[in-house]
This record gives sequence, structure tokens and C-alpha cells, in this order.
Amino acid sequence: MSDTNAQSTAFVREAMLPAKPAPVTQVGAVRWLRENLFAGPVNSALTLIGMFLVYTLVTHFYPWFRHSVWNANSMAECRAAVTASFGDGATGACWAMIRERWHQFIFGFYPPELYWRPIAVFVLLFVALAPILFTQLPRVMLGFSVIYPLVAIWLLWGGSIWPVTMVAVGFGLGWLAMRRLSAYSSILAIVAAVLVPVLFWLFAVGPLDDLLTSVLPIGIEPVASDRFGGFLLAITIGVGGIVMSLPLGIILALGRQSDMFLIKTFSVVFIEFIRGVPLITLLFVASLLLNYFLPPGTNFDIILRVMILVTMFAAAYIAEVIRGGLAALPRGQYEAADALGLDYWKAQRLIILPQALKISIPGIVSTFIGMFKDTTLVTFVGLFDPLKGIPDFIRADFNWKGIYWEPFIFVGAIFFILNFSMSRYSMYLERKLKRDHR
Amino acid sequence: MTEPHFERDIDRSHMQVSDEIAIQINQMNKWYGQFHVLRDIDLTVNRGERIVIAGPSGSGKSTLIRCINRLEEHQSGQIIVDGTELTSDLKNIDKVRSEVGMVFQHFNLFPHLTILENCTLAPIWVRKVPKKEAEETAMHFLEKVKIPEQAHKYPGMLSGGQQQRVAIARSLCMRPRIMLFDEPTSALDPEMIKEVLDTMIELAEEGMTMLCVTHEMGFAQAVANRVIFMDQGQIVEQNNPHDFFHNPQSERTKLFLSQILGH
Repeated sequence: MSDTNAQSTAFVREAMLPAKPAPVTQVGAVRWLRENLFAGPVNSALTLIGMFLVYTLVTHFYPWFRHSVWNANSMAECRAAVTASFGDGATGACWAMIRERWHQFIFGFYPPELYWRPIAVFVLLFVALAPILFTQLPRVMLGFSVIYPLVAIWLLWGGSIWPVTMVAVGFGLGWLAMRRLSAYSSILAIVAAVLVPVLFWLFAVGPLDDLLTSVLPIGIEPVASDRFGGFLLAITIGVGGIVMSLPLGIILALGRQSDMFLIKTFSVVFIEFIRGVPLITLLFVASLLLNYFLPPGTNFDIILRVMILVTMFAAAYIAEVIRGGLAALPRGQYEAADALGLDYWKAQRLIILPQALKISIPGIVSTFIGMFKDTTLVTFVGLFDPLKGIPDFIRADFNWKGIYWEPFIFVGAIFFILNFSMSRYSMYLERKLKRDHR
Repeated sequence: MTEPHFERDIDRSHMQVSDEIAIQINQMNKWYGQFHVLRDIDLTVNRGERIVIAGPSGSGKSTLIRCINRLEEHQSGQIIVDGTELTSDLKNIDKVRSEVGMVFQHFNLFPHLTILENCTLAPIWVRKVPKKEAEETAMHFLEKVKIPEQAHKYPGMLSGGQQQRVAIARSLCMRPRIMLFDEPTSALDPEMIKEVLDTMIELAEEGMTMLCVTHEMGFAQAVANRVIFMDQGQIVEQNNPHDFFHNPQSERTKLFLSQILGH
């Protein structure tokens, strides 16, 4: 009968159905392949073309890597070894050059018996960075992070301990002056915080330094800036630039948002000028022009000059990235901070910047990575960067004349590792801060 | 005419208006560029008063209360809060702001801080209260707004009504003498409006001086001792709630009341 179809018949299930395994096309590798590589005719065609390209590239370069020579004293020996093993016309990588000269890629012309100093600085860098990067660590460790820059400068350049100590004392005096005066007037406190250390360095350091050096001559062997090179130089400029450009960038971003006409104009002009000029121009300014503006007789260290201009360059970009973060915050956050009676600096520090910087993390880290790679441009002002300066120096040696790809691959790989770690850290930070929010 | 629909009776024993003046506004004017938003505002608020400010949108009511803690600057006239005149002197502004609490339409909690940190931030950094004491005060007020169990969550995890109650607790932690409410229930779902209004009623019962910009006329009738009606940047009418709702004088007020109550 027509009315006894399935819908109208009463039905009671007697046994529950057990779960069955999914069909093979819906699980594991097969499913992944179908979804990602062979989802349709166009997709399949692109996959095949892609596989062909990868195959061509690998087969083209693989022999060169397979024929690598690790032990040789010159390019000629390398070539001979390749020919001996793989016949005439075979080419092979000559990693023996890296094996013989790796210390120049890393340390430049730093005196070999003093290698422990840059190594110590590098290890201590992680000790100093750890409490900043990972908030789980005890806050006391930040004390070391604060003095680390001076320790690093002293260890790298050596010389008497007193000039570095005097710099620290100057900062300490400025801080004390600010603490003392902040109760009376915040503007006076800021002026004193700048003026006291500058006056101290200008007038008190000279005689004090002479006195202390004659009484207690503590020092280590000095190393001149022209002995720096390779990754030692790149990391020194890069880390110095990163550490200084973030605070400067924050100040410029706030300055650009300021209601005060002079501060705003200065920030805008600074940012737009620096962003509008190629970095190489600024490096030439550092190496050539800056000396004209300084009082005659002053010999400002070339690495320091380059570092200052790289910092200014990165700071201008960071300021714009942070301005984006500031603009993304709702007005209500500023109003709530104001309504609770927080003054400008407290509102910025506690409410606005933590949120704005969080939004800006990807942009800030991109700027850092770009700046770190740009440190190789110092080759144009006569410094030995790891990508061009050092390989050119090595090629000037008759033994290694004609070596080309190996240094690029080696240096590129190290840059990749360092930059990739920065990028992963920024992703970790974003995830961590996101969990804190919603 | 809708009658107030609050379930419990309101305890009026502490709702006393004293002779002491909390806020005095004399001939205050404000412009946005060429636009004259507030015109010759005269208003005296005594301690313990509960004032509801009503009016159509664009009438300047929010701007008026935002001038009281200088979120907006006035261009002429005088505003004296708790004996301190608001001028461009930052010290006076900070002093007034730390005495006057404000609750916003969109809560404006700090999303990167926990509920407890939201409540302790200003006492610790502005009032220099020790952290432990600030946390105790914060928990006291969070209990008062009935969400102590949320103290360690972040604002984004709470409902709108809960967030607004946290915002009220955050203001109370500064122990303000005056509370300003800028449309505190306008961004809330209907079922959450009541929990926020209940919190505000409790505050009124304790004798807090309150200025509320709100469209909740039930709240106005139940709690306010004075209703101010504004239109086009001016105070058009003010009266006690009974006479304001049952016997409005101006045509503009009558029209407004018929529009918001007449359905």
C-alpha cells in the first residue's frame, strides 16, 4: 500500500550502529594529496609543472653539492680533487675555503688570541635578552640587561674600564636627578635627566678618568674598529641598531601624534627625511660628511657613526609602524585613561603603548630583519661586512681566487637562521599576547 | 506612561541632598569649530543629587558631562568641580579627574589587563595605594557589582553587562565623590540593561552624587531627584521627575516625551 512508506512507519532501532572507518579517500595522505595537489584539472596541471621545475632545479644543482670538497688549501686543489673523482668537466663546491677562513667570516680581523671576548659578548647577549624576551624569567635578571650594552662595548673594544664606567655613572646621575626633581616638575626633571649626564661627560670625565687610570689602571687590550668584520660587525651594528631604534621609534611615533607643534613638526620632518633618503646616502654621510660637522680634532669611531645612522634609519620606519598601531586603538582607551586621572606618560606606558606595540609586532620585527640584512651595506664605507667585504678580501688571496658561490651560500644560510629565529620569536610573542586578550 | 519596573523597593534613607555644592557651571559655552554645541549652560549640582540628563541625540548632553572631567574643553564660562576650577592647568585637571568617576557607553575597559588589574591600575599609579590594599579594595567593589569570580579573566571574556559593571567598579576603586554616566546602557542587550541599572541604583542608595545621560526613563523616575532636558546645546527644562514626566512645560519636552514614551 502506498501509505506504508518509510516516513510513516513507526520505527525502533534495536542495535546502535558502531562507527565505521572513513573511506580511504577521506583520511591521511590520500586526502591531503587530493585536497592540496590534485583538487581539479588546473590544480593537477600546476602541481605537475611545479614538480617538474623542482626536479630541474635539484638535478641541476645537486651534482655541484655532491662533488663538494672539504679538504684543500686552494681553489686549484679543489678543482683538481673534483676532476680526479668525477672526471673532466665536473664542477663541485669548494667548502674547504669556509673551513680555512670561517673565522674571518665570523670575527673579521679580530686578534685570534682575543676571540673569547666576542664569544663572551655573544653568549652574554642571550643572558641579557632572555628576561626581555621571556617574561616568565625572574625580573631581577633585567638588571644585567641594563648594564649589558656597556659590558659588551668594553669587552669588544677593550681598553681601560674607566671610560665605560664613567658613561654608566653619567646615566646613573641623570636618573638620580630625574628622581629627585620629578616631584617638583616633570619638565624640569626631563631637562635635568639630559643635562646632568651631558655636563658630567663633558667636564668631569676627563680629569676623573686620568685620576682613576693613574691610581687603578684596570684595562684589557684595546682592539681598533678596523679589526672588526664579518658577522661580528653585522651583529654589533644590527643589535646596537635594534636596541636603540625601538625606543627612538616609539618617541618619534608619539612625537608625531603630539599636540605640540614644534615636537610634531620635528618628528614629521625627521621621519619623512630619513625615509626619503637611501640608506647608502646616510652611510656616506656617516663616513665622510659627519666629520665636517664635528669639532676639529674629534675622531668619532666609524662603527659608532654607522650605528647611529642605521639606528636613525630604522627608527623612522619603526615610528611609522607604531603610528599605525596607535591609530588602530579606539579613542575610548585614551578617554578611559584620562578619566581615571592617569597623566600622559603613565597613560602611554600602561595603557596605550602595550596595546599599540602588540599590534605593531609583525611590522617592527620586519623592520628589524630588514635592518639586520642592510648592515651588509656598510661594505660601501669600507667596512668588512660578511657578504661582500670578507669574501672580496678572501678572493684577493691568490689561493682562493675565483671562488664565487660558496661564501654567498654560507653567509646567506647564517643570515637565514638568525632572521628566521627573529621571525619565529615574533610569532610566538603574537600568540602569547593574543591568549592574554580574548 | 511606563512606570518604573524595578522589582525591589528603593531604599531612600541615604539619598539626601546636602547644601554643599559639588559642581558649579556658570555661563559655559563650547564650540566644535564653528558649531556652537553648548550654549550658556548654568547648572549647580549639590552633593548627593542624582541627576538624569535626557534629550535627543546631538543635543549636547554627552558633551556637557564630558566637560565636567575635561574630556572636552570648554571655551568660555566656568566649571568648578569640588572647589577646583577647570582651566588648562594640568594639575587641576588631574585632581578633578581623580575625584570624578566616569562610566562610558562602550565600557572602555583595558583589554590587555585582567579585570582585577583594570580596577587596581589607577589607585596604584595615581593614588599610590600599595598593591595589596588596592587589590582588596578592587575585590570589595567587584563583590559589590557581583562579579568577584571574574577577577582574573580578561575583559574580552565577559558579557557586555558584566563589562559595564566592571567599568563601574573600576571607577569606584578611585573612591570618587562624583560619578558621571555617559549612556551606560545604550550599547547593551535588553536583558543586560537591568543588571547595570541595579548596580547604579545601589550606588544612588548609598548617597553618591550622580549625573547620568540616559534614555532609561524608568531609572529616571525611580532614582533621579532632578531631570534635565537638553536640546540644541541648551538646557530646555529641568524639574523633579514626577512633574517632568507628568506635567512637562515646554513644547519641545512634550514632543520628546511623547516620542520616547508614547508607544
